[in-house]
Amino acid sequence: MEIGLVELSRMQFALTAMYHFLFVPLTLGLSILVAIMETVYVMTNRPIWRQMTKFWGTLFGINFVLGVATGITMEFQFGMNWSYYSHYVGDIFGAPLAIEGLMAFFLEATFVGLFFFGWDKLSKVQHMVVAWLVAIGSNFSALWILIANGWMQNPVGAEFNPDTMRMEMTSFFEVLFNEVAQAKFVHTVSAGYVTASVFVLGVSALYLIQNRHKDLARRSIAVASAFGLAAALSVVVLGDESGYSASHTQKMKLAAIEAMWETHDAPAPFTAIGFPDQEARETHYALEIPWAMGLIGTRSLTKEIPGINDLVAESENRIREGLIAYDALMTIREQREATPQSVRDTFEAHSENLGFALLLKRYVDDPRDATEEQIKMAADDTVPGVAPLFWAFRLMVALGFSFIAVMAYFFYRASFRNMQFPRWSLYAAVAIIPTPWIAAELGWFVAEFGRQPWTVDGVLPTALSASHLSIADLLITLAGFLIFYSVLFVIEVSLMVKYIRKGPFQDVEATNDWQERHEARLRAETTSPTLATTPAE
Amino acid sequence: MILYELIEYDILRVIWWALLGVLLIGFALTDGFDMGVGALLPFVAKTDVERRVAINTVGPVWEGNQVWFILGGGAIFAAWPPLYAVSFSGFYLAMFVVLAAFIVRPVAFKYRSKRDDAMWRARWDWALFAGGAVPALLFGVAVGNVLLGVPFYLTEDLMPMYPGNFAVKFLIVLRPFALLAGIVSLSMLLMHGAAWLSLKAEGVVAERARAIGIKAGMVAAAGYALAGLWLAVGVDGFALGEVPANGPSNPLYSEVFRGGSWLSAYAERPWIAIAPILGFVGIALAVMGLRAGREVSTLLWSKLGIFGIISSVGLTMFPFILPSISDPNSSLTVWDSSSSHQTLFIMLVVTAIFMPLILMYTAWVYKVLWGKVTEAQVTENADTVY
Repeated sequence: MEIGLVELSRMQFALTAMYHFLFVPLTLGLSILVAIMETVYVMTNRPIWRQMTKFWGTLFGINFVLGVATGITMEFQFGMNWSYYSHYVGDIFGAPLAIEGLMAFFLEATFVGLFFFGWDKLSKVQHMVVAWLVAIGSNFSALWILIANGWMQNPVGAEFNPDTMRMEMTSFFEVLFNEVAQAKFVHTVSAGYVTASVFVLGVSALYLIQNRHKDLARRSIAVASAFGLAAALSVVVLGDESGYSASHTQKMKLAAIEAMWETHDAPAPFTAIGFPDQEARETHYALEIPWAMGLIGTRSLTKEIPGINDLVAESENRIREGLIAYDALMTIREQREATPQSVRDTFEAHSENLGFALLLKRYVDDPRDATEEQIKMAADDTVPGVAPLFWAFRLMVALGFSFIAVMAYFFYRASFRNMQFPRWSLYAAVAIIPTPWIAAELGWFVAEFGRQPWTVDGVLPTALSASHLSIADLLITLAGFLIFYSVLFVIEVSLMVKYIRKGPFQDVEATNDWQERHEARLRAETTSPTLATTPAE
Repeated sequence: MILYELIEYDILRVIWWALLGVLLIGFALTDGFDMGVGALLPFVAKTDVERRVAINTVGPVWEGNQVWFILGGGAIFAAWPPLYAVSFSGFYLAMFVVLAAFIVRPVAFKYRSKRDDAMWRARWDWALFAGGAVPALLFGVAVGNVLLGVPFYLTEDLMPMYPGNFAVKFLIVLRPFALLAGIVSLSMLLMHGAAWLSLKAEGVVAERARAIGIKAGMVAAAGYALAGLWLAVGVDGFALGEVPANGPSNPLYSEVFRGGSWLSAYAERPWIAIAPILGFVGIALAVMGLRAGREVSTLLWSKLGIFGIISSVGLTMFPFILPSISDPNSSLTVWDSSSSHQTLFIMLVVTAIFMPLILMYTAWVYKVLWGKVTEAQVTENADTVY
């Protein structure tokens, strides 16, 4: 593949987006875990919970700031590097981004300062509310971003306007309640909760191994494993929901993930392992599980899931249909108001396939001049890279299921084995800290690489979306981001390690104070065994 | 949905043009003093404790303030997609520099005091300085460029194109008039940052800030006056031919002529002279306030001055938003580069609901944080503050 402007722009987007998503999942989950801990503090008044809130809050802050900083790149990069995309779909895509700012980002950013600076300025309940507002803001933020992304996967509620040469919104509610967006939102935030849970679990396990901060570590594991178990279940269930919606919204992506070359009689088998070969359009050494794919994809025994070969044939038809729309569009553009109604009607009838004609722009300036061979090539282009999708998806799913097992185990030990954890399990918990990040990045890879060759599925090809910058422009910023982001990453990780090593700030005075009052309370009323069983710190 | 027809398309366009101004001004008024404090940092604070005092005056609020910038980007995307597409890609390398500043600044705030190491802190201080001064300068440069006209054109497909290679494109951004505009915005925000420090800090930090703020205010006023004269004699304006205010958002549907002066707007709409007057009055009173050591009122006058200056640019150019020197017909105006009628309406409803809420809780946060940041506070709470 020749590396041109579009490839460089894609590389930069992939780099900055995946980098951004190193910080987002932890923000999503840790904000809620911290708010839960602070709520327990407000309810029980025990200093240990305040200590936990502050400790995890510090780590949250170190991570949060990079999530914010790298998020700015995301918001601006559409205009900088994808200017035709921005013009073409800004009428729809811009709205959720702006609403994210109004409804979510303002909330989290305004209150996050108060969270760190307001300990002495706010009452306990006020401070807890601030913690929750930060958590709610962060999670709402994800909602609007995924509504925007969901629309790129399944562009509902919009149509092409020939006068403005762009897509325009026809129904805000369809955009809002896009089934793809809703499933993606819960799947993504749940993945964030799992990430934070694994992180809290791993760091706490480290403390138990090192035999320090044991009270903080045990309680943290109890919170993280309960929260993490629910989240891990939710990730898998909603991941399945995403797969189900892909079976009718993004058939090609689904077929590519599953390396389903041919349409199989219903219910189709699921290829657990195999070696997809894109050239030959077959999967070598496939290990198939009968019926499974049909059940997951269509939730029935009778509906067929179309294979890649049939979908390519369909794409070819849609390109031909799209050419009719394109031809009508050119007439409308020349004659404007004078355009005969019949031409407008022709355009209307075929406009849903306009995007397919634009696939030809890669090969010819005017798609109407395309040869038969070019039409075939453009139809073949609608198949994304099968093998990377096939493997990335399977690795992600395997990790997803393993998180359920991990969380269930620690939840069980925390709840029914008196918070005693065997040493091997603690080492394992430390070792798996990076895995949720791997799963999350794989998930985005599947979602975005699987959408190729489109930026907006079936509407706008990626090759057409990029800004007409010079290669030098791209090389300068790509190198800039690479260096800049690497330095920031090293600094971030070093600070995280420093603050984890340092451990929580132990407020000895407050703890002793509480202990005295606690013992006095116990002497006064001997009938409170629940409080007596857990040792104070 | 017919609901959106409650408000005429042209009226919505004007409202969103005004809201664009509100967002830019909101950004300049709030994040403006953060940038000003950053740019002033090496000059007003010499010791580590002094620097921490200065940084902690904005410590709890810069994050919320910066959202004005991000929301500005999002709102331009949603309400003026062609403007978002053309300006962000047309100023590509300049945008990258601004982006770098806006990435490094948050990190510097957050990480600076997390290590007790003089070298580490000195580096982050430098980052805070650059992260404040560079965007403060470049935003003005961008406004200057918009007044001069920007080199871009649109193809028939409405694909934005930019003549020249990357070096030419970057250098053209730094035309003399644009640099003057940059100096105005930098000095204006230095004054604003000084007014903030005078309110929130005490002792030597506040004193030094006041001394610099007085000079910066005078430079801003002089530069603003000079830029006005320059516009009158040295910069060609743009004029828009007949175009339906309710028409489709296609910039190529309208004709644009060069020549004349931007300032002819003051002959057509004399009332807009109020904006530059407020600009001068606000700066003059802010400078006097800094001199007299008044605190709250000085910050308010500084805000008024900034409000006047920024709104004067928008009012002078109306209905132009982004004129093109490569192909004047490609210029973006209020009447031909907005979102669709429906999107503008929905975004207005959402803004009408959330903007008052944002202003309310932001005001509450400032109220909670009211009062001066002292050296004692910073040293005693070394673990929780920056």
